[in-house]
Amino acid sequence: MKQQKLVAISILIFCLFNFPILSLFNKNQFLFGIPLIYFYVFAIWIIGILIVAFFAEKRNIDRKIDE
Amino acid sequence: MNSFVLGIISIYYLGFLFLIAYWAEKKAKTKTSFFGNANIYSLSLAVYCTAWTFYGSVGRAATNGIDFLTVYVGPTILMFLGYPILIKIIRISKTQRITSIADFISSRYGKNRFLGVLITIICLLSGIPYIALQLKAISNSFELLTNTPATNNIFADHTLYIALLLVLFTILFGTRNVEATERHKGMVSAIAVESAIKLFAFLIIGVFVTYWIFDGFQDVFSKAKMIESLQQTFTIKNEVGQSTWFWHIFLGMIAFLFLPRQFQVAVVENEDENHVSRAMWLFPLYMLLINIFVIPITMAGGFIFQNYTVNPDMYVLSLPIHFSAEFLAIIAYIGGFSAATGMIIVETIAISVMVSNNLLMPIFLGISKSKSLINRNPKSFVQYIRRFAIGLIIILGYFYFKFITEKFSLVSIGMTSFVLIAQFAPLVFGGIFWKNGTQKGAVFGLISGTILWFFTLIVPSLVSSGVISDSIMTNGFLGNSLLKPYELFGMLGMENIAHATFWSLFFNLTLYIFVSLCTKQSVLEHNQAGVFVDVFKFSKVSEHLGVWRGKALLSDIKSLLESFIGKNRTDLVLKMFAVRNNVNVQTKYADPQLVNYSEKLLAGIVGTTSARMMVASVAKEEEISLDEVVEILKKSQELMAVNKELNTKSQELKLLTEQLQTANNQLLLTDKLKDDFLSTVTHEIRTPLTAIKALSEILYDNTELELEEKQHFLNTIIKETDRLSRLINQVLDLEKLESGKVNVVKEYINLNEIIDEVVESIAQLAKEKGIKINKSLANNLPDFQGDRDRLFQVMVNLLSNAIKFTNEGTGQIKIVADFINDNLQVNVIDDGSGISTKYQEVIFEKFYQAHDQTVKKPQGSGLGLAISKKIIELHDGKIWVESEEKKGSKFSFIIPVN
Repeated sequence: MKQQKLVAISILIFCLFNFPILSLFNKNQFLFGIPLIYFYVFAIWIIGILIVAFFAEKRNIDRKIDE
Repeated sequence: MNSFVLGIISIYYLGFLFLIAYWAEKKAKTKTSFFGNANIYSLSLAVYCTAWTFYGSVGRAATNGIDFLTVYVGPTILMFLGYPILIKIIRISKTQRITSIADFISSRYGKNRFLGVLITIICLLSGIPYIALQLKAISNSFELLTNTPATNNIFADHTLYIALLLVLFTILFGTRNVEATERHKGMVSAIAVESAIKLFAFLIIGVFVTYWIFDGFQDVFSKAKMIESLQQTFTIKNEVGQSTWFWHIFLGMIAFLFLPRQFQVAVVENEDENHVSRAMWLFPLYMLLINIFVIPITMAGGFIFQNYTVNPDMYVLSLPIHFSAEFLAIIAYIGGFSAATGMIIVETIAISVMVSNNLLMPIFLGISKSKSLINRNPKSFVQYIRRFAIGLIIILGYFYFKFITEKFSLVSIGMTSFVLIAQFAPLVFGGIFWKNGTQKGAVFGLISGTILWFFTLIVPSLVSSGVISDSIMTNGFLGNSLLKPYELFGMLGMENIAHATFWSLFFNLTLYIFVSLCTKQSVLEHNQAGVFVDVFKFSKVSEHLGVWRGKALLSDIKSLLESFIGKNRTDLVLKMFAVRNNVNVQTKYADPQLVNYSEKLLAGIVGTTSARMMVASVAKEEEISLDEVVEILKKSQELMAVNKELNTKSQELKLLTEQLQTANNQLLLTDKLKDDFLSTVTHEIRTPLTAIKALSEILYDNTELELEEKQHFLNTIIKETDRLSRLINQVLDLEKLESGKVNVVKEYINLNEIIDEVVESIAQLAKEKGIKINKSLANNLPDFQGDRDRLFQVMVNLLSNAIKFTNEGTGQIKIVADFINDNLQVNVIDDGSGISTKYQEVIFEKFYQAHDQTVKKPQGSGLGLAISKKIIELHDGKIWVESEEKKGSKFSFIIPVN
């Protein structure tokens, strides 16, 4: 089940990283002084890492408890 | 800076690596770990980030903007998505003792030697320029920092000495153990430390540039906005840029795992599958961190050097130098140096294993002269071969850097080699998820993809370096305008790498699938395909699998193992194997399972192809031929057929038994009925007999009885005798009817006539009881063939029954005769006591009261209805009753008139 969740999240992240969604942020605008697209890509990247880390480490803990 | 000092620093750094590796190797024996092995594993994966990342990312960002991120986003997504894939590859590699990507693929496709050679060559083609690129980065950064021009004298070139030191390091920590599956713990730890160092160095430079030279991210970008060329990089420009973005991510995803060095650290060096779940987020985090300052450095460099000519590839180093921060410049140099050396070390180990296992060992094994050399001390022979390969690869890389890179641009080497490595993807993904991929499919796919790669990427670089004329670029190959390297088949609007990725993989995948579907697998291939695809099913029993049907002397196998892993370990391994599999290891000939197992053990040392050759040389292998397999299949099919037949037979038997059972039950029932019948008949006979006997005795004993009384008794005796003889007649009658001995006299008769007669004969009886009989007879009743006397008997039975059960004085009986649908129907309706539903069926059975003793005894023998039923049945008719208690009954029968 968790593995399926991870795969689903990964596919979502893949979509978020690509066009056409990326085109929503592909503008000559700035957010906190940073070009929008850089800001967006790094934000998705960080969120992705956090979510995956949450699931991956949870699984590790679960396994340790099992043992 | 003084070049001597920097040279010393470089050597100290390498010495530090030696120490780390040595220390880690020592620690490994005590099985404790400083960092935690999962973290080390994640960090070692970061060998992905080479000098190309460390220096080159900034260079790429300066020209293409955000596109440089694609090759890091791709692996990130693959790590997220790839958990099942990576785990599967690791599991397969462990059970099969895979030592390299070449081993992996050739093993999947039937341990095919040609495929192994092909992949090794491809890895060399992609690896050597890549290694050259690292050496060039080291050389360039050295020159920049020491401000010395490049020298043409090789022996004055410090890069050569660094390369030689790297050869030494790689040999020391990469070939310590010939068993490639015994991991290089020391090397991996050193690589992990190098990964940490390069990240640390890059972050320091990033912070320095962003927060020291400038005032944070906002400041950097607001300054960069002023420069038009930098502003261009803030967005992805057009549709070409958009498709490029996608294709580069895709390329990064699929190439990431199959780069020889990545396969080495991610799969071969993996100690524990559980480490992957740490790496799946820690590695992406590493990628994020090492990229976070790339853009600020690019912007800063672009802004500060706007009036200078500084190569953006070297901004990381140029910026500290420009601001005279010598210490930071050294840190940057060390970061780049660690990125370059890490890549060289791992790539060299990975490729050297392939070269020795897939190229050199099979050649030496094939030459009879060298065989004796190998036999003398195979373990060290393998070691020497591998050392030789390591030296060869690094030196080749050095010469490539020294003599070829001046002619070719190095910029695109990274991406170009990615496209080449991506050609493994269909073979690997197909190999682990699709059982039908065949060796020929793999070979055709791989070769076609490689040719396309060569045509779309290498030919243009040969043109730009002037090796071949540029007419091919403008006019196409052989003047065919459809065959332009950058616009193959007229495909426009794609960036070169994306274009090459698409076409090469398109042909690769298509040929792989279609050739696979059109060709057959050999037995070994089929076996391997099953082992790979179903690894999670098989991994526990992998020792039992394998197609091996040869005879090998146990002593031969033993000595073969001893020469590679030593006598003590061989004994131990054999003992363990015997215990694990319950196999006798004292026999003259080795157990087939043991042969298999030994082959796998050797595969860990010399690769699957060579291991197979070695085992085959001591074992008289009789590989199962196709005919034999067919024979086995046939036999099992025959068995299946026999089984099926048996199954049918037993089904039939079961059916027969059931039938017998039913018949037996029927018999038992009949028997019981007979008993019942007999007991009832005896009972019925005894009653009148008792009366007759009693009355006769009275008459005999009392001679002085009144005449009137005597008359009365005698009358009763006569009546009882009549009843008795009637009963006996009926029993005989019924018996005759049941046994079918009765003769039915068929003549043309009219039912109305019979009914009239019966009513007439019975009218007296009815009159005595005060019962009225009404007739309603249709006058169109046809004559039909029947037995007049028998049907008369039926009517008498029905009518006398009706009279019996009808109330005296007020009762009414109605007889209806009709002709409906070719059937004669007669109803005898009374308004008597009626019959409850549960007896309506049974009253047609003889002595039905015998079944249920609670039934009130009817008047009469109880055989009348049974006899009537038989008679009607003899006329092919049917008799039944409809009744309601206390409201009367309606007895009906129909007789068909044909």
